[in-house]
Amino acid sequence: MYIWFHKLGSAPTFYKWSGLWLPWLGAICFILFAAGLYSGLVYAPADYQQGDSFRIIYMHVPAAWMSMFVYVVMAVSGAIGIIWHVKLAQIAMISSAPIGFSFTVLALVTGSIWGRPMWGTWWEWGDARLMSEALLLFLYIGVIGLSIAIEDKRKAAQAVAILSLVGLINIPIIHYSVVWLNTLHQGPTVSKFDTPSIDMRMFMPLLIMALAFKLFYVVVLLLRTRNELLWRERRSQWVKNIIQGTSND
Amino acid sequence: MNVFTTILKRDLLLAIRYRAELLNPMLFFILIIILFQLGMRAKPEVLITLAPAIVWIAALLSALLSLDHMFRSDMEDGALEQMIISTQPTSLLVLAKIIAHWIITGLAVTLVGPLLGMMLGLSFDATKILFLTLLIGTPILSAIGSIGVALTVGLRRGGVILSLLVLPLFVPVLIFASQTVNTYVGGYSVAAPMSILIALLIFSLSLAPWAASAALRMSVS
Repeated sequence: MYIWFHKLGSAPTFYKWSGLWLPWLGAICFILFAAGLYSGLVYAPADYQQGDSFRIIYMHVPAAWMSMFVYVVMAVSGAIGIIWHVKLAQIAMISSAPIGFSFTVLALVTGSIWGRPMWGTWWEWGDARLMSEALLLFLYIGVIGLSIAIEDKRKAAQAVAILSLVGLINIPIIHYSVVWLNTLHQGPTVSKFDTPSIDMRMFMPLLIMALAFKLFYVVVLLLRTRNELLWRERRSQWVKNIIQGTSND
Repeated sequence: MNVFTTILKRDLLLAIRYRAELLNPMLFFILIIILFQLGMRAKPEVLITLAPAIVWIAALLSALLSLDHMFRSDMEDGALEQMIISTQPTSLLVLAKIIAHWIITGLAVTLVGPLLGMMLGLSFDATKILFLTLLIGTPILSAIGSIGVALTVGLRRGGVILSLLVLPLFVPVLIFASQTVNTYVGGYSVAAPMSILIALLIFSLSLAPWAASAALRMSVS
């Protein structure tokens, strides 16, 4: 198991395996997206209060979940990179930042579009989750900015790892400090899995969309990581083999 | 402990020799508050509700302004490298630097802040609370800031990115500190936000030196 893990951590092996997985993951991701969007937009009943406009939940909530999930992945892979000096974990961390940033932007934009008919405003300063999401956006920008500013890639990886770990500790603190201010965000819809306060026909599409988003992240992460890997190892033999097409995969 | 007091003394002595560094944050702090006043021209009853936030934002900005000096001159003359390769724990050194930075900048802001709070219309008792929040809160700024400075000290234009890294992390301090004063003005007990502020202080002072020393070792290597 340990040896398998080490093998997967080496650049050429990872490149080969991820190349094999990618089409499958992409296909499953596409199917999930199609299924989730169809069931969310057509199959799920309209909300008794919000009408059809609640359907943006199928973009908004998965994006918001992913924006936090990606940060955790980033910090954890940063820790792995710092402790065991796994190069692949460092690359995964650096590649995660722009993806997480995009999810955060998506969550903010869809939330803003949703907020307009529901709350009567595009942007509500007093809302806790909106504000902590906006601050999360700045944490992502800080991470991306730092990783660009430090030219030495190895140093940049260490710096970003430290920063994202500090950020990870701070996210709950920032979140609960913002919760302190009054809030008009609707309460969590899906907090308990046994008796969610939502119709199952509305909930299933959400779950499918969440899975689709997660797979989408994995696919994009693999693509970015493969790219970065090729660029960093551009002087090594295995990359030259791939580029010149002399390799057998 | 020896290295701690040595560095503390050295940094304070350096600050006394270069008085501009000592005065700058405080003058900046006062200026921001004056600028707020000029920009708003708010009615006194509105001003009272804004006063804690104004004072605290000015404190954040003046802390930010002075943060870059924390390690930079030591980095440039090579002293920092010597401190890190010495046998003493780096985190202790960082803690000394944090406290020196607070004494040089935060303490001045803490002493001047209540006076400006009073000028913004806070009652005498409310300024006492404001003073307490500044006393507890400004060391947190130095502690969290030390991580950001340690990460960016090796960069040529580190100052620009420093504000981006550090300001979002300052948010809890800003919220709890200004909420403390606001709750007091509103006539409620300040025990809850005040204790959270103290918790943040203990938390950041005990953890920030570790993170900052890891970042310093990265920057210097």
